[in-house]
Amino acid sequence: MDVFLQLTVAGLSNGMVYALVAVGFVIIYKASDVINFAQGEFLLLGGYLAFAFIVQFGMPWSLGVVATLITAVGVGLLVERLVLRPLIGEPIISMIMVTIGLSSVLKALVNGIWGPRPRPFPEFIPSHRIEVAGATLGVDRLITIAIAAVLLVSLSLFFRYTRDGIAMRAIADDQQAALSMGISIKRVLAVAWAMAAVSAAVAGIVLANFMDVRHDISAVGLRVFPVVILGGLDSIPGAIVGGAFIGLLEAYTGGYVGHGLNLVVPYLVLLAVLMVRPYGLFGKEVIERV
Amino acid sequence: MDSGVFFSTYRADMALRNRPLEKVRMALFVAFVLVFPFVASPYWLNLANTIAIYTVGALGLNILVGYTGQISLGQGAFMAVGAYGAGLLTRDIGFPFLPSLLLASLITAAVGVVFGLPSLRLKGLYLAVATLAAQQVVEWLITHTPITGGTQALILPSPTLFGLSLRGDFRFYWVALLCASMAALYSANLFRSRVGRAFVAIRDQDIAASAIGVSVFKYKLIAFATSSFFVGMSGALLAHWRTIVTYERFTLIDASIPFLAMVIIGGLGSISGSFFGATFMVLLPAMITTFGRSLQSTAPWAAALLPAVQQGVFGVVVILFLVLEPEGLAKLWRNIKDYFHVWPFSY
Repeated sequence: MDVFLQLTVAGLSNGMVYALVAVGFVIIYKASDVINFAQGEFLLLGGYLAFAFIVQFGMPWSLGVVATLITAVGVGLLVERLVLRPLIGEPIISMIMVTIGLSSVLKALVNGIWGPRPRPFPEFIPSHRIEVAGATLGVDRLITIAIAAVLLVSLSLFFRYTRDGIAMRAIADDQQAALSMGISIKRVLAVAWAMAAVSAAVAGIVLANFMDVRHDISAVGLRVFPVVILGGLDSIPGAIVGGAFIGLLEAYTGGYVGHGLNLVVPYLVLLAVLMVRPYGLFGKEVIERV
Repeated sequence: MDSGVFFSTYRADMALRNRPLEKVRMALFVAFVLVFPFVASPYWLNLANTIAIYTVGALGLNILVGYTGQISLGQGAFMAVGAYGAGLLTRDIGFPFLPSLLLASLITAAVGVVFGLPSLRLKGLYLAVATLAAQQVVEWLITHTPITGGTQALILPSPTLFGLSLRGDFRFYWVALLCASMAALYSANLFRSRVGRAFVAIRDQDIAASAIGVSVFKYKLIAFATSSFFVGMSGALLAHWRTIVTYERFTLIDASIPFLAMVIIGGLGSISGSFFGATFMVLLPAMITTFGRSLQSTAPWAAALLPAVQQGVFGVVVILFLVLEPEGLAKLWRNIKDYFHVWPFSY
């Protein structure tokens, strides 16, 4: 029972990191039909920026986090303006490849500035352990779940109540109709990329807190595919549920089965979902016509 | 001086090269590749072998992505199947070079058909994600099964053909060259046949293609099989040439993505583009490395940045091509040719 609880907390906290990255992914896909392979590198950049602001520039952690998020917004806007906007209306393969190129550039940037060594991340999220029902749980894991939950709920509220959120939903529904109602697609796309970069940066900060600031944290960008396909590429609740599910699945297979099977199980789930229900749990089914 | 391309006989229409200038260019190119190994330094010979082998793989990927429109991120997995297939056949069963090359390619073609099955239900983005997942699964299988040796390298004896040793870059060059030219000739003719036209119809509009009587089911699978045959061949060639197979060569980052970049930079749906792309993607990193080494003594800090620069240049080049010339190097080359073809009356 205590092992189960420990695995659940570990899985759920990883799952929430996935959900944060996945939400950014979904926001971009909804707004522009672009599948963003650079989401993991946004996360990487977020982790390193926080490290730079807090450790290298010596800012207090609260200020450092804010500075990280503001920089992330800037990066998101810049990427949208320079890379994605010239490609509006190009075929899918160009969109895929351009975000892959982008991920390579961001990785190179991080590699060039901070070098290949892992760096210890400043501990501002308390990480001592507490005993709950016989299980030892890291407080940082619980706090991560809480942070992610708050952020994800506020994102859902954003889409429900704010002007930009509603505009984004309108564009996802029908671009032409949204345009004719006076919604600026450029503005919405910019907001979408900024939000994706911010949610990934938050994920980067909490992930760096578990496992130092290092290059392989960008691998989360690929772990997100099972999450979004399971939940549905265009569904924010889907990203949250999918993230939790994949995180827990990984933790349980890692804990109870082993053999490195936890590395491959999410992709098997992905393939199964694609075969049975390609639009995922909450996604919208698309009917294609000539 | 021409004002365009006109045919007055069916024979001219069917020819792969028909204008005198095209024939001269082709002859020059053939002469170049035949003379090249006798004059090139070992370093350049090594690069040339890599280019020839990558051209085979890029042609395979281009058949699938450029001509049939099925986006694949599973290139690395197919190459791995070809390489490990050839390696295991040679090392454990004792197959000679040629049968192991062919059998490994055929095995990859069969695996390609299995991979292709999802494409009957999925297209575009979803297919890309499915092939991504398949790539991850194959990577995992290779590193976790005992017969492939897991993360250990697989070492095979150096190849011989009809009693002649193919050890060394100079001898292997001819094999690689032959494979690359046969693959190019095969592809060039494929797209003048019924099957190739069906591929193109599926790429342009699959629903419309099925409406005019193209069996989408059948031709998608044929496309996957043909493509994987060549990709597997390129993997098998790589295995025999280097006589060592390690899984790191066939990961998503180190195989699937560079090959996709090759066909995009070279030109989607272009035979010469596959060659241009392979050449570009082999020479660019090599040039950067050479440049970085030359800086080693004067500016060591710049040389230390080399891996980052490699990565960054790769990304920037891909982005620039997509933004500025989405049809790639093949289109640039065609523009140059067309310009001189009708020069000075370009209207």
